[in-house]
Amino acid sequence: MNVVYILWLREVKKYLRSKTQIVASLGTPLMYLAVLGFGLGPVFRRAGEGSYLQFMAPGVIGMTVLFTAMFSGIAMLWDRQFGFLKETLVAPVPRVQIMIGRTLGGATVAVLQGFIIFAVTLVAGFRPTSVMSVPLAFLLIALIAIVFSALATAIGSSLKEMAGFQMVMNFLVMPLWFLSGALYPLQGLPAALAVLTRVDPLTYGIDGVRGTMIGASHFGIPLDVGVLLAVGVLFVTAGAWRFSKIEV
Amino acid sequence: MTAVNDVTFEVSKGETFAFLGPNGAGKTTTIKMLTTVLRPTSGTLELDGLNPVTDSTEVRKRFGVVFQDPSLDSELTAWENIDIHGVLYHVPRRVRHERGETLLKLFELWDRRNDLVKTFSGGMRRRLEIARGLLHTPKVLFLDEPTQGLDPQSRNQMWTIVKNLNASEGVTVFLTTHYMDEADRVANRIAIIDHGKIVATGSSAELKQQTGTDSLEAAFLKLTGTTIRDETFSAEDRMRQVSRVWRR
Repeated sequence: MNVVYILWLREVKKYLRSKTQIVASLGTPLMYLAVLGFGLGPVFRRAGEGSYLQFMAPGVIGMTVLFTAMFSGIAMLWDRQFGFLKETLVAPVPRVQIMIGRTLGGATVAVLQGFIIFAVTLVAGFRPTSVMSVPLAFLLIALIAIVFSALATAIGSSLKEMAGFQMVMNFLVMPLWFLSGALYPLQGLPAALAVLTRVDPLTYGIDGVRGTMIGASHFGIPLDVGVLLAVGVLFVTAGAWRFSKIEV
Repeated sequence: MTAVNDVTFEVSKGETFAFLGPNGAGKTTTIKMLTTVLRPTSGTLELDGLNPVTDSTEVRKRFGVVFQDPSLDSELTAWENIDIHGVLYHVPRRVRHERGETLLKLFELWDRRNDLVKTFSGGMRRRLEIARGLLHTPKVLFLDEPTQGLDPQSRNQMWTIVKNLNASEGVTVFLTTHYMDEADRVANRIAIIDHGKIVATGSSAELKQQTGTDSLEAAFLKLTGTTIRDETFSAEDRMRQVSRVWRR
């Protein structure tokens, strides 16, 4: 338990110390929020869908959580050769404890980043339906963070080269984000896109956050939570398995 | 590809054993197998009577290791690096603090304990890694090219401390280096490995006598030849190159 805690603490401490990283990572979500949020706002309203900012704020929070969680796992690749990971891999503790500590640490950092963006959306004019909905939404955000942190660990444990990082960004992270329905409603999509969005676990995450924060859920919160839990178990297992196989 | 093939040697308790060989001879691979990060395809390994493959956890408690590439967390302080190591090796808090203090003072890092490792010089990082590797009072200390890139002063100081600990605590030291003068000075026994096979073992005097040379360097060249070894450039090397640019 101590081992899980100290590795979790390490991730959080490092995050809180890296002011530059915190500021830099806010860039992309802020851009989406400002450019798309305000740029597409009038069109969305004319289409009778209400406020686009209300609609996309949960999506941008989800995006932040996805990106932060995925980055933490990919940093592992570097860490394995030139960093602390090797120190933990030869320690006399079960690898699964190390994996859990790191994954929870990465997930916590992602939730913290998500919280900062949530605060920013409030400033921009986003209003959740009630104060009570916020803690509930953050439970879902925590689930999203764990799901993708674990996926990142599984990927980070399997990659051998830095070049693989570009592959993951372009062929996994970006599609996960664009297919998640963060930017557009899930109703009335072309069949192929509808199928793809339903395969993307982030879709359920963002739908759940939207459900709790603005009371508009496509699948219903119980299904969202169920899918996230199931995928979470799957990814954590996969992550633990891949992590146990690392040779340095 | 076979890195080492049919390598047989024994290191006695309390000995300082130097493992020498040209680039790509199999030094690091041998250390990786002994320190449980790589599994041998055949043959038997034994460390303090235990098998690193089947009793990896028990074996891990018994050795400390400084890998060729850094394994410190440069975003944490020296003390935090020490403390995490203590937790990973289940060193009780009180012992962790006492021994941590003793070792950091010994390696002249105590005054800098609360500074981030990224502000440390190469020599200080190496010293910190060795101090950390000794925190859990291991029986064997593996040092894989610990003095690479250090100035003569740092090298001299490092070996003086290590030799003192070898004498006072009886820790067995297993080292690799490309500096023949170092091996000559610190090692009781030397093994020379080339093309994945041991070509000679003995004390420095014995090796000189065997080859009819008057220095260890001459003996080494006589045993391993003067051809330059060009290793294939691996993903690891590529990352090593990048890391020099992004020196963290």
